Amino acid sequence: MKTLADLKKIREKAQEEMKLRGSNVRIKIVVGMGTSGIAMGAREVMKAFLEEISQRNLTDVLVTQTGEKGLSSLEPVVDVIEEGKDKVTYGNMTPEKVRKVVVEHIVNGRAVSDYIVSTGS
Amino acid sequence: MYQEIFSKYTPTRDNLIYILHDIQDSHPQHYISEEAVQAVSDYLSLPANHIYGVLTFYSMYSTTPRGKYIIRLCESPHCYIRGSENILRKLKNTLNVSIGNTSKDGLFTLELCACLGVCGNAPVMMINDDVYGDLTEDKVDDILAKLREVK
Amino acid sequence: MSLKRIDLLICCGSGCVSAGALKIKDKIQSILTDKGLLQEINIIETGCMGPCDYGPVMVVYPEGVFYKKVTVEDAEELVEEHFIKGRPVKRLMLQDEEKQLLSTQKDIPFYQKQVKVALANCGYIDPESLDEYIALGGYEALGNILTGMTTEQTIELVIKSGLRGRGGGGFPTGMKWKFASSSKSDQKYIICNGDEGDPGAFMDRSLLEGDPHRVLEGMMIAAYAIGASKGFFYIRAEYPLAIKRIKHAIEQAKEAGLMGTGIFGTKFSFDAEVRTGAGAFVCGEETALIHSIEGLRGHPTPKPPFPSDKGLWGKPSVVNNVETLANLPTIFLKGAEWFATMGTETSKGTKVFALTGDVKNTGLVEVPMGITLREMIFDVGGGIVGDKGFKAVQLGGPSGGCLTSEHLDVPVDYETLKAKGAMMGSGGVIVMNDTNCMVSIAKFFLDFSVEESCGKCSPCRIGLKQMLDIMERITSGNGKEGDIEELVQLGGAIKELSLCGLGQTAPNPVLSTIRYFRHEYEAHIKDHACATSVCLDLMHFMIDKAKCIGCSLCARKCPVSCISGSKEEKYTIHQTDCVKCGTCMEVCPVKAISKVPVMHDEVKASREARKKQLESEE
Repeated sequence: MKTLADLKKIREKAQEEMKLRGSNVRIKIVVGMGTSGIAMGAREVMKAFLEEISQRNLTDVLVTQTGEKGLSSLEPVVDVIEEGKDKVTYGNMTPEKVRKVVVEHIVNGRAVSDYIVSTGS
Repeated sequence: MYQEIFSKYTPTRDNLIYILHDIQDSHPQHYISEEAVQAVSDYLSLPANHIYGVLTFYSMYSTTPRGKYIIRLCESPHCYIRGSENILRKLKNTLNVSIGNTSKDGLFTLELCACLGVCGNAPVMMINDDVYGDLTEDKVDDILAKLREVK
Repeated sequence: MSLKRIDLLICCGSGCVSAGALKIKDKIQSILTDKGLLQEINIIETGCMGPCDYGPVMVVYPEGVFYKKVTVEDAEELVEEHFIKGRPVKRLMLQDEEKQLLSTQKDIPFYQKQVKVALANCGYIDPESLDEYIALGGYEALGNILTGMTTEQTIELVIKSGLRGRGGGGFPTGMKWKFASSSKSDQKYIICNGDEGDPGAFMDRSLLEGDPHRVLEGMMIAAYAIGASKGFFYIRAEYPLAIKRIKHAIEQAKEAGLMGTGIFGTKFSFDAEVRTGAGAFVCGEETALIHSIEGLRGHPTPKPPFPSDKGLWGKPSVVNNVETLANLPTIFLKGAEWFATMGTETSKGTKVFALTGDVKNTGLVEVPMGITLREMIFDVGGGIVGDKGFKAVQLGGPSGGCLTSEHLDVPVDYETLKAKGAMMGSGGVIVMNDTNCMVSIAKFFLDFSVEESCGKCSPCRIGLKQMLDIMERITSGNGKEGDIEELVQLGGAIKELSLCGLGQTAPNPVLSTIRYFRHEYEAHIKDHACATSVCLDLMHFMIDKAKCIGCSLCARKCPVSCISGSKEEKYTIHQTDCVKCGTCMEVCPVKAISKVPVMHDEVKASREARKKQLESEE
């Protein structure tokens, strides 16, 4: 490290590694991981999100989890929460659908209406 | 036997404290013998009385053999307010030693020390390099029993 | 490829480690390994998070859920419920008085009045990761200074910020630098004083353990300002983890090119070493510390010459406390004006306090200078434990003094505390409830100073011992008329005449308790009474015959067989033989035994008889 610019480069990379603790998050993806969610494959869904986000190097997207949401028949359920927009809830998710949601919704900003079960808070 | 330690330090006076730490730590009985003082004196070209002067000034050094485990019970006001007296009595009774002495099996030496800086979890003690907090008499039994098993 | 979705921050400050944090970490790690979740969950060992009383504590991000008093047995549930199913474990979370869950750190009152500058990263980052420190702005201040500021500008900025030494004396940091900077020499040294020894203060330890790079960066800024190319960390040998962490930080900085020659492409070169003590409180005094680094007995020497003229090996040196250095990077990033907006007229910025004693939330807190003791003890600290009342607070350890409830609304700053007879010191705050005897507390602190006096100057070596003898006399019921006056006089002389800070402040606990609790001293001496029954010679146990059922349990359990009686006559304690162990009171099934806070007449009479006998023998 010889210059302030070198320091800045390291900082940016390190911030990315610490984003779980940080505030620099544009979109939060919340996977419902109650017992029924897990039984219906929520873990695979979450894993798929993590992989997609990581492969595409989406630094401002956070994948997290929550408990049972009471939508058992629609499990696995996923919320996409974006600052300043209505929450979008997807149901009956699968790893394949995840890939589509990431491309369409997360990257291009168009919610995938086929999978939506509800919107708004 | 001291050569290995000496080789890590240049023979200057300011290394005295570290050399003494290393010698004491490497001795199974955690002390600095007369012979060691002589060796340090030769290596640093300092009179033995200077070395003894330093050695006796700092409370962590010992010129007499000690146990495998050195128990340092904090005697600062916090630990006192939170009941270190009871812990001291417990240690004395369990190990059958008085302060500054070593248990018959040669395992434990009981010492008192100034604040260990873990006051939020008083009373505390340090055994060699490990700190144990929120002590109760039962906990002391557990800790000593575990150390006895290590052998 | 990073698949991490949870950052698990486990507090591995000394408090939590002593309460078993590492065992919990190992357990969680092994469960995660078994379940194949290790790559999704990042386990980070952080420095002290502050609320030591709740240890072991941990925080789970991204939600920021705060868990307290976690045990190894809880690990399975945490993983299963929270990490897998996303349901935080409520029973391990804090609750307020209305049983409302306080799920995240920012909900907890303990944190709400705190302003973290020095402790900003402590408990939030992995102290062994240089990257995490850099992510939060680390080394940017140093880079800016080296590439854009002259040494004069650097010193000027610190003077303007109003930063004063956090180790005890409160000397303006910028002025200290200015003196050393103007000393001409081929070699100068910067020394970090990590020989924190005040009983009850552990902020330096926490900083060195929890955010070592911050202290190192602060040291490098100071080094640049005074023109030093070499630094020493002098750390107590009782703090092995702090020593390890700072050594590790130095290695990392060297590897990254942040230390060595030509730092940030400038002409500034710097190297640092760690030196340790070997158990001597007086080495916290700067001249004693310097002698200890030189391989001598840690004796203080008279000032002048000040270290800024003739310090380590006779070269100009600046000794700065750990917390002082830790403030520097933020002062330079946010500006002197920002720092000076916090605090009072004479005391700027924030101060870290170690809150301990009979207060609900013990631990490390960082608050703006000028906060009142009431806010610190009752808002941050949560008030007194149990149903006891507040009696006094001891500030500044064995160098400081006791303040009472009438001082709860005074602002905490260097000058105010000094005027009231206490001291900022390094920031130890011991809260005491009304079961504490102030005379014996003062005796205890004095005892500490007598132990730790290095013996070089006679006021401290002999004078303190004289004071202690009087204090022992008073607490054992042998106090005399005139003892209080003698203590005051001796204390004043010792403060005037001692060579270093240890002796100059050691009488404070006694003097301040005489000032505010004189009636307790008088009761001890004149009435042979200790109102709190702490001084065993000045109290006795008594059996209430009206309540006694004559069961004989007390008599059978008494270790010195000083209780006798019968079912009909009830039981009586023979006061002259009683050793005041309290066993009888504990075992009495009908609570017929109580403490009476005064020496029993029989004991008084027998003492006088013995005294007379001794006199006649002579």
